[in-house]
Amino acid sequence: MNMSKRPGRSLDMKNGRVELAHGSGGRAMAQLITQLFAAAFDNPYLAQGNDGALLPQPAGRLVMSTDSHVVSPLFFEGGDIGSLAVHGTVNDVAMMGATPLYLAAGFILEEGLPLSDLQRIVDSMARAAREAGVAIVTGDTKVVERGKGDGVFITTTGVGVMPEGLHLSGDRARPGDRILLSGTIGDHGMAVLSRRENLSFDAPIVSDTAALHGLVAAMLDSGVELRVLRDPTRGGLATTLNEIAAQSGVGMLLDEAAIPVNPAVAAACEFLGLDPLYVANEGKLVALCAAADAPRLLAAMRAHPLGARAAIIGEVCHDAHGFVQMDTRFGGRRIVDWLAGEQLPRIC
Amino acid sequence: MKYVDEFRDGELARHIAANIAREVMPGRSYRLMEFCGGHTHAISRYGLADLLPACVRLIHGPGCPVCVLPTGRVDQAIRLALEQRVILCTYGDTMRVPASGGMTLMRARAAGADVRMVYSTADALAIARDNPARQVVFLAIGFETTTPPTAVAVKLAAAEKLTNFSILCNHVLTPAAMHAILNAEGGVNLDGFIGPAHVSTVIGSRPYEVFAAEYRKPVVIAGFEPLDVMQAILMLVRQINDGRAEVENEFTRAVTPEGNLKAQALVGQVFELRDSFEWRGLGSLPFSALKLRSAYAAFDAESRFGVSYVAVPDHKACECAAILRGEKTPQQCKIFGTACTPETPIGSCMVSSEGACAAHYSYGRFREATA
Repeated sequence: MNMSKRPGRSLDMKNGRVELAHGSGGRAMAQLITQLFAAAFDNPYLAQGNDGALLPQPAGRLVMSTDSHVVSPLFFEGGDIGSLAVHGTVNDVAMMGATPLYLAAGFILEEGLPLSDLQRIVDSMARAAREAGVAIVTGDTKVVERGKGDGVFITTTGVGVMPEGLHLSGDRARPGDRILLSGTIGDHGMAVLSRRENLSFDAPIVSDTAALHGLVAAMLDSGVELRVLRDPTRGGLATTLNEIAAQSGVGMLLDEAAIPVNPAVAAACEFLGLDPLYVANEGKLVALCAAADAPRLLAAMRAHPLGARAAIIGEVCHDAHGFVQMDTRFGGRRIVDWLAGEQLPRIC
Repeated sequence: MKYVDEFRDGELARHIAANIAREVMPGRSYRLMEFCGGHTHAISRYGLADLLPACVRLIHGPGCPVCVLPTGRVDQAIRLALEQRVILCTYGDTMRVPASGGMTLMRARAAGADVRMVYSTADALAIARDNPARQVVFLAIGFETTTPPTAVAVKLAAAEKLTNFSILCNHVLTPAAMHAILNAEGGVNLDGFIGPAHVSTVIGSRPYEVFAAEYRKPVVIAGFEPLDVMQAILMLVRQINDGRAEVENEFTRAVTPEGNLKAQALVGQVFELRDSFEWRGLGSLPFSALKLRSAYAAFDAESRFGVSYVAVPDHKACECAAILRGEKTPQQCKIFGTACTPETPIGSCMVSSEGACAAHYSYGRFREATA
């Protein structure tokens, strides 16, 4: 995204809409970039105004991650596609144990998207990035014809830096390790779904979308040796735990009663026939550490605002099949399997 | 949620489990069929089998709407969507039911068909109102629970003179399937039924009396919460021990002897019995399903688009038929967990989480693995 300032009339932010010309490389595009993106994301790297951002070399090892965001609806309780695009990538970098520094953002805009919506999304992105302490240093915009997009798709790529000696990986779970969860599950997925299906509840369900690297830093500061960190996004907690179990060649045993779920989320899931274990989160993490370290790690998590409802939810065990099992609240035991296809509502 | 949590109390469950364990007679077995997929789901999700003594065996019945839907019926829906270019509206579960040639409604959608997942018949009607230039077909499936909403939709469509709405009717009847199971060739090895929950709120408890009186099989109607199921099992064990065969109602908070008369009247106005209907696993059963009455024939998608039903034999190795009849368990099927998994379902019992095979695959496999 070339950010050099060029003269031109002002965009009509109130009534204007995205047009094909906004992606054609001409004056309209320059206007959109300067008046909207550059103004909101304002930072010295972006202000260089070149095809790429020239960045200082940080000390330590680099971590890089990318994530595309296609959420519908664009706006939901607790966030929007803009904040989500920042948090999603910041969290992927943070799950490596790294401190996120820079983001690149690619926008695919659909012809006809109200400029006021785009402004809201970009402002929200800028705010989320500022709060997370990361700079959006380069970007790109394309416009597709009406009907060929869903308003806006945003891809963000993040770069972070990680100190020497730290090694977090999904293949490091060992039998006996404890599984910690940073808070309630299913909030993001049900916030989006209840907006999509026009369901309203007495207490609205609010997405948990948040940047987690502050919580991760607090966990690392506790001195506990973390084995695995993951954010249970798409596919929910169940999918993330199955991934770790498969990667490490171990089984897991969870305690259903220990897994926190907000009552409104539980009610909405009940209503739609969904299982919160498979519903997406955007501000939660799962951490694995040795059993002896678990109380100290739990204390560190609970001392951070994003980990206030953290809990030890289970442990890693020997299992050649790699099954994730759960002792139900009811007293039985069941498999918490990979999700097959989409989670579809049951009929009756 | 407080209301629901009361029916999921682990302490009470252990109490009922202790009663069951104390009351079962040594040396005899209790083979109980839970007819409904809703019960199958509760049993699996809460791990109820772990709370029962080994002599109590739960056999998953055919009460899962997508599981009893034969391949040829899904083929019809796919033909409507792909060849007639209708907007096909369906409940979520149906999207992955295998049809002929490796097709599913989900794959038909990927191939360009306009297939939409709806939560209710009202959603389907709204789509018809919003798209007056398109034909909208609702794939109507399910037992007596889902039939009244379909009847409402048809009546509303008639009242509004919606000419672009029709239904592909596959509504089936619970008592007919229970008759079929009890009349199976070679007899059936069942000691009693956990009777349907939601179905019974509509039809009441009376229609089951014939199974107690003529077939001497106890029936206990139970809600879909895990404590309901535990309590029903205890009631069945007691009936069996006493040599009684009665219809008892554990689900009194929702089910009455006569059921929901208003819903029954509504269904009666719109639908009448089909002479015969093919069920997956149970074959063609007389008077086991519904069709639109002649007054509403204009809303019948089969005749509107001329898509007739063509029976398709099931996959040779698939044991869904025997599993639906309670004769075999999922593990006794050669392709269970190998060729047939929730990702690649061959038989319909693997599709819905209510299906016996999918429930066992997702929730129960570890029992064999650790045995």
